[in-house]
Amino acid sequence: MAATKQDTLGRLRETRVWQSVFRSGWGDSNLHRALAVQQNLFLHLFPAKMRRRSLDIGVTWYLGTLTLVAFFILVATGIPLMLYYHPSVPQAYADMKDLQFVVSAGVFLRNLHRWAAHAMVLLVFAHMARVFYRGAYRPPREFNWVVGVVLLLVTLFLSYTGYLLPWDQLAFWAITVGSNILSSVPVMGLKIRFLMLGGNTVNANALLRFYVLHCVILPLAAVAFIGVHFWRIRKDGGLYRDGHAAARAAESGEQRHG
Amino acid sequence: MAETPKFTTVADSDSRRTPVRVAFVTRRKSPHVKAVDDPEVMTYPETLLRVVVAGELLTLALVAISLLWNAPLEGLADPLLTPNPAKAPWYFLGLQELLHYFPPVVGGVLIPTMVVMALVVIPYFNVNVEADGIWTRNKTRRLRTLTVAVAVLGLGMLLLDVWAILAPTLGMAALMYWTAAGRAGGGGRVKRWLAGKPLPFWIMTWFLIEATVLTVIGTFFRGPGWSWVWPWRPQ
Repeated sequence: MAATKQDTLGRLRETRVWQSVFRSGWGDSNLHRALAVQQNLFLHLFPAKMRRRSLDIGVTWYLGTLTLVAFFILVATGIPLMLYYHPSVPQAYADMKDLQFVVSAGVFLRNLHRWAAHAMVLLVFAHMARVFYRGAYRPPREFNWVVGVVLLLVTLFLSYTGYLLPWDQLAFWAITVGSNILSSVPVMGLKIRFLMLGGNTVNANALLRFYVLHCVILPLAAVAFIGVHFWRIRKDGGLYRDGHAAARAAESGEQRHG
Repeated sequence: MAETPKFTTVADSDSRRTPVRVAFVTRRKSPHVKAVDDPEVMTYPETLLRVVVAGELLTLALVAISLLWNAPLEGLADPLLTPNPAKAPWYFLGLQELLHYFPPVVGGVLIPTMVVMALVVIPYFNVNVEADGIWTRNKTRRLRTLTVAVAVLGLGMLLLDVWAILAPTLGMAALMYWTAAGRAGGGGRVKRWLAGKPLPFWIMTWFLIEATVLTVIGTFFRGPGWSWVWPWRPQ
């Protein structure tokens, strides 16, 4: 059975079509494994080889990876939600009711988007704490830490702008509270709030602005900064390796073997 | 380690057969190599497999949560009907809790701006590459600084009646005094582990505890008029 499968796959890999798609070709060697990563637009942010120890769960807890996965889930559920949503008052709320009672699996779609959003905020905080406690922000990674702080803010704004979209009591008053905090900025506070809401109170203009921010501007900003964040991990020498821990491990290894 | 390493000289001038290597072993520098390179694995499939499994576990967990619990949806937004209390999203409730104690300019603008600034400058301002324990050097001076800082912050919070900041700060300070007490390197495992932690560790831990305490209070312990409520007692 396994042999047949192997043969089918093997034959497929020798077709012109397969070889035109995957530039690296196929083979059972580390060269081919390296090419599979390096010759792929999406995978080439990874190095071809990684330190075995940096893959252990206890090192990173995969918090950065999980944050990215949460972001993917949010994009994948957000786009279908956009198909059922009108950013206007009071249609936005009626659309929530439609998701609840009319759209197939509409409740599930909204639930997944909502809980994944909360998960992403939590994961970003956890990721930041983990990076800090490992000291992974130290030179030459200082700037990537700053990019991470920007991504934290982008994540918070994404979540905050999405909070208004259902246009229910919870959304309306949460955004009212938040925008009132903003209006206490000295000198420019009221002007900043007017710019954000398109008015002095949360109204239909605010809904439209938050919708555009939530669905276009902030996701684009997130993708851009995530790109920089990952690229810098590569350029700054890959996942951080704790020099002290490596030395201790080497010494204990020596004691074991010697 | 103490014995002098033995060197032999080789009389050979063929640079291709015997490349010249000069090693300078200065005083207080050990020729012993401390860090060796970790073994490496191929990203495909080792890393990618782990990434995919991690992502699938998160997706499964979120799908399960989404099947079990519905996202909240209240009545249509009504600008004339203010709920009491009106609460911001949970990640801003720590901020809203601060607004309860401080004027809006301080709690809503100054403190959050300072927090973001502090986060940005962490890698530039306090590099602390050696990551020495906080009491390793200048212990007396550092203890004095800690006492002054805690006294100033504590008195300020006491005067303003901000127990939510005062209590964790005092707890944290007590923990720091405990790790400083006694001779260096003494005490149990926990104490030695804490004593080896540098200053940034203590500041960040204090900040994270404060943020968590304020957020939890704002989320669960605040009722009508932002009064204190016990979440397990029915209103």
